[in-house]
Formats: sequence, C-alpha cells, structure tokens
Amino acid sequence: MCNSHLLSYTNHPNLNIKPVEALTASNVTKRYSNHLALDQVSLTVPSQSIYGLLGPNGAGKTTLIRIINQIIHADEGQITLFGEKLNPKHIGEIGYLPEERGLYKKMKVGEQLIYFAQLKGLSRKDATERSKTWIKKFDIKEWWNKKVEDLSKGMAQKVQFISTVMHEPKLIILDEPFSGFDPVNAQLITKEIMELKAKGSTIIFSTHRMETVEDLCDHIALINKSKKILEGSKKQVKDKYRANTYVIDHRGAFTLAENNYNLKDQTVLEDDFYQSVITTIPETNPNRLIRDLTEVTEVHSFIEKIPTISEIFITLVKDETHE
Amino acid sequence: MNKTWLIFQREFLNRVQKKSFLIATILVPLIFPAILAVMVYVFMKQEESAVKQTIEVYDATGKMQFEEDDKYKFIPVTGNLDQLKTAFNLSDHYALLYIPEIELANPEGITLYTKENLSILRMEQLKGKIEDLIHGLKLEQFNISRETLSSLKTNIRLHNINISDPEEEKENNTQSLYALGFILGMLIYFFVMIYGMQIMLGVIDEKTSKVVEVIISSVRPFQLMLGKILGIAAVGLLQFTIWAVLISVLSSATLGLLGVDMADQQTMEQVQSMQQPDAQVQANNNNPVVEIVKIIDKIPILYITFNFIFYFLGGYLLYGALFAAVGSAVDNQQEAQQFTLPIMMPLLISYFALFMFILTDPHSTASFWFSIIPFTSPIAMVGRLGFDVPLWELLLSQVLLIAGFIFTTWIAGRVYRIGILMHGSKVNYKVLAKWFMMKA
Repeated sequence: MCNSHLLSYTNHPNLNIKPVEALTASNVTKRYSNHLALDQVSLTVPSQSIYGLLGPNGAGKTTLIRIINQIIHADEGQITLFGEKLNPKHIGEIGYLPEERGLYKKMKVGEQLIYFAQLKGLSRKDATERSKTWIKKFDIKEWWNKKVEDLSKGMAQKVQFISTVMHEPKLIILDEPFSGFDPVNAQLITKEIMELKAKGSTIIFSTHRMETVEDLCDHIALINKSKKILEGSKKQVKDKYRANTYVIDHRGAFTLAENNYNLKDQTVLEDDFYQSVITTIPETNPNRLIRDLTEVTEVHSFIEKIPTISEIFITLVKDETHE
Repeated sequence: MNKTWLIFQREFLNRVQKKSFLIATILVPLIFPAILAVMVYVFMKQEESAVKQTIEVYDATGKMQFEEDDKYKFIPVTGNLDQLKTAFNLSDHYALLYIPEIELANPEGITLYTKENLSILRMEQLKGKIEDLIHGLKLEQFNISRETLSSLKTNIRLHNINISDPEEEKENNTQSLYALGFILGMLIYFFVMIYGMQIMLGVIDEKTSKVVEVIISSVRPFQLMLGKILGIAAVGLLQFTIWAVLISVLSSATLGLLGVDMADQQTMEQVQSMQQPDAQVQANNNNPVVEIVKIIDKIPILYITFNFIFYFLGGYLLYGALFAAVGSAVDNQQEAQQFTLPIMMPLLISYFALFMFILTDPHSTASFWFSIIPFTSPIAMVGRLGFDVPLWELLLSQVLLIAGFIFTTWIAGRVYRIGILMHGSKVNYKVLAKWFMMKA
C-alpha cells in the first residue's frame, strides 16, 4: 500500500516540477445565515494531478470552488495555491468552467474568446492569437464571426471550454465537465484535459457522477454534507475500501476448511465449471489464497473484486446518513 | 482598474455597434420635427379642403349682422322655430342658429341646432363670432367707438434687469429660462430612466445567461458593476451629444428658413447699435424670434453646460447603481418591477416639482431643499440653473450629489455581489438587507 503510493510520485513524467502542492485547503469553513456550507474542510491537491472533487448535490463542492476562484471568501481557514496564500494575482492562473455554462448570446465567438482571455490578464494581441489557435485546433474556424445564440448547445460548450483553458492556467477547475456534451465531444474534451495535464496543468474535477471521472482521476476527495469524508490517491482509496473479495472461475467444486477464508457463493457455470466468491480476512494476501486454491481446484481465472469509486461513495454516503 | 476598463469597452462598443443604436440615434432628432411637420401639413390640408358651411340664422333681435367669411355663410331665416327646425333637418345646411330677444347685459338662450355633434374648434369659432357681435352692440349702447377702446387697451413688456453684477446688466427673460430649465430637467429625467433601465436589463441578462459566474471568477463584482454603469453612461452621453448636435443643426436650419441667421443677426445688431442705438430695441421688439435668439445669447452657455453635464452624470450614477442592484437581485424583468417603482419615485417627484413650483419660484425653500437632496437635486438644480443659484448652494448640492452616488454605489455593490450568484430565490427587501450585511 505504502509502496504503491511512493511509486505514483516517482512516476511523474516531468521531474523538474517541484513537488509543491497545486492547492491546499486547511480547515476551510463557510457559513451562510441558515446553514453551514463548508465545515473545516482540508484538502491537498498534488501538482499535475487530476483531482476528483466528488459529492452529492448540495454537499458544498460549488462553494469550495467559488472560494478557490475568489468569488466568495471563506469565513475561516486558509487556502494556498502553488505554495502561496490565495490572492488576487492567482485569478489569471485559474481556469474555471462553472456548472451553469454561460456566454454572451449576442456576442460573436471570436470577440468573446478574446474578451474572456483579456479578463484573465492576457494582452489583446496574445488573446487574439490564442483564440485563433484554439479555434483552429477544435476545427471550428467558421464559427469565429457567428453569434453564440446561433450555435447549438454542444458548440457553445466547446467555445466555453476554450475560454476556460486558453490562458493556459496552471489550475483548471471543471464543474460537472461532461454534462451537456455528446460522447464524441466528451472524448475530445477528455483528450484535451489529458494533454493539458501532460503540459503541467493541475485539474480539479467536480462532479456527482462518479463513473465519468473514475478512469481520469489520480486523486479523489469525497465531500458530503459540508464535510470532507475521504481523500487520497485513487489507489489508496481503493486499497482502503477493498473488500478482500475475490471472484474465481474454476473446474471442480471445492470447500474451504481454513478459517481465514469464507466461501460466499458458488454457482455452476457449465458442466463441471463453477464461479466462486471468496472473502478473506485482511491479514492474508491473494498469493496465499491462490496457493491454497490450486490444491483443491483447477483455477481458470482469479480476480480481486475492487469496489468502484461510485460504490465506495454510495457506501460512505449511506453510512453518513445512517449515523 | 484595467479590468473595469475592459468591461467598460465591451459595454460601450457592444451597444454602439448595434443597429438599434444607430437607428435611434439618427431617427429621434428627425422624428420630432417630422411629426410636427406632418401634423401642420395635415391641419393645413384640412383647412384648405374645408367646405364653406351654411348657417341659418333666426335672429329675433334683428340687430346681429353676421359677415360671411371663408368658413361660414350666413342666411337669415324667420318664422316659427319648430317649423324652421323641421325645414333645417331636411335641408343640407350646416346649422340653425337661434338668437332670441336678449338683454345685452345678460345674453341668454342663444342656441345652435345641428345634425351632428359640433367640434370644439367650430363651437369656439361660432361662439367667438357671436360674442364679437354682442360686444359691438354693447359698445354702441355705451357710445364708445372701437378706436377709443383700442387706445384704452394697455400692453407692456416688463424688462427685468439683474444688477447683482455691476459690470454687466443682464436682461432676464424668465420665460425662456423657464423653458430651458424644463427641457434640461426633462432630459435628465429621461436619461436616468432610459439608461438606468439599460443597466438593469444588462445585469439581468448576464445573470440569466449565467455568464456572470465566469466573469466574476476573473474580476471583482464591483468592477463588473462599475464597468457596466460607466460603459452605458458613455453610450448615453454619445447618443445625447449626437442628438444635441443634430437638433441644433436642424433648428438653426429652421431658423434660417425663418430668415434669422444667427451670425448675420449679430452683425446687423452691432451695425445698428453703432448707428442708432435707440432703433435697435424697437426693431427687436417687432421680431419675437430675434428676441429669443438674443436671450439665448445672453444665457451663460458654458456655466449651464458644465453644470448640466455634472448633474446629468451625477444623477445617472446615483440611480444607475441602484438599478444595477435591482437587476442583480431578480431573475427577470417582471420581478424587478416591485423594486424599480420605489427607485423611480424620487425621480418622478422631482420631475413634477420641477414644473409645479421649482421653475415658477426657483428661490423658495422647497426649491432649495429639492436642489440640495441628492436624490432630487439632479432634476431640481438643473431647473434652477438659469436663475442665479448662489454659489454655495450649487457647491453644497454638488458635493452632496457626489457623496450620494458614492453611497448608493457602495450599497448597490454589496447587494450586487451576492445577488448575481443567487438564482430562483424569492427576493424581498428583507432578503436584500440580508445580502447587504452578508460577508462575501
């Protein structure tokens, strides 16, 4: 477990980057008059990672994101960005795609991209150049002079994505990034996100739809009811919540005498072929189980049943509500 | 500040480049003279084409001598009134006028029978004719000739000369100043209303299109609000400047058509005053247009222009911030109404006060207070500008106006920063107060 964690650090493609955290939050609290939106939330987002900020609707994700974007301010706690205390200078280093997408309907695509980039601190010349590059990259050059109101929803989403990343922010925050994208465009956006990460950006995904980020994220944090209830690398989290459950396809029925194992289920697949589900006590390891199994049956496949993030999330949220 | 400038630019350019802006800017100065011209034209056409109407006159006194003119022809009739009425109904005559035996001192019972309802215009015309005749008969009765009467009639012009400045004796024309104050006050009223609404709609648009969240992740809400208010102010100023130029060009063209060329008239005056100083006054008295032009020349243009622009902008900024706050609080225009009415009240009140008492009595206590309080001063003080406002009053009013718009902008900014992020919540004044107090 520990090894794998270390490994993920040494695996960094770009070793020149200092292992400074892209973002840290310590004990961030935000209170509204009638409820607590964030309660002592602490997070560490490693540099150049894709970080999934997960949680059900109303958990406080958007509040946290707004605080990072300095749209609102925390009542308590501190946030640092690349080692510095959060300050107005950071605005140009963040790219933010809000959940509620919005562009000026009456403004032309080109003008709009330039305007947004200028607001992020680019000069007009740079802003123009980059807008043109991106629009070429997304193969939507013919939209340059079109008004946003004449675009389809998917088209507008592309424009909005460009406006989020074109100033090459070091930290990109995407709130529900795939809502509203068709599968083709979602693929395109995923590709761009991976490219941005490779170039050195850190990406925070915020979503309540785990399945969309399961594959993409390196790190995740779970927020529920204003509190962080889980944080870590994907591997760490999965290790923590592995159920020590294995699914084995085998030929020949068997029973297990040892106390360490618990044969949960054994079903017939075909003739003499079976599928069995075994849980073990945490202290054993898969190798031992395989060894023991080979003595009693002919093993055809051996899979550890690892919970998906979504399953972990549901278990945790359920636990919370039961408490 | 740089970002406020970017927002300012976008607001300005985006609006100025719209076709509707171009159309409104060019058409408005043309529309008013055009409407006027059309109305005059229609009226004249109507007059020309009007058929001469025949009126039967049953004059029991026998003394009324109606004269035929280009509108009416009078034919005397006699007999039984009821029979006359029946006959009239069958005829194609316009009306039957019945004048019973009347006492001149108390002429009663004069009746006009018609087949249709009379227009006010014709009613007045005929009434005037009858009154004239009775008036004449009365004069005869008292043995007064018309010449004597007209020599009794007195008509003077009261010259009002302000001598507070011994260097220069200014001749005032209260009526022109009244008109000037009225027009300037009205301009401010409309400017604040039209462009205040524009601010509000702009904010609502940004809020409903959800673009605002992206923007305020790049700029502070206050910068966004300020940039928008100033940008729209620039649009308004540009539009009003173009209107002013177009209207003055058009009106001097019209004056030119009337035979009064401003430059010519001035040189003419100078020549005249050198040659025969007394003749000038007389000559001018005969020509009301020259008179007005003369008064306009006397009004301290620079003083009024400067102060007008000051109150124009000051009033706009004061109210504009409030309109922005309202826009930020609501999700659509309908919802906004409950908040815009209280904002517009002081504007409306000062607008009514302007022609009810400020212009008629610019130095009264009420006028003073209206022109000092920031919410009413933009309209009230502009109305008083022509009437020698004491400098200390002017300065006090201006300082208070500046303080006023800083105050409203501050309040609005606090509501705005929270409001633009709130969707679908039911907003009332309590909620606004809560937002105002909230920490961001």
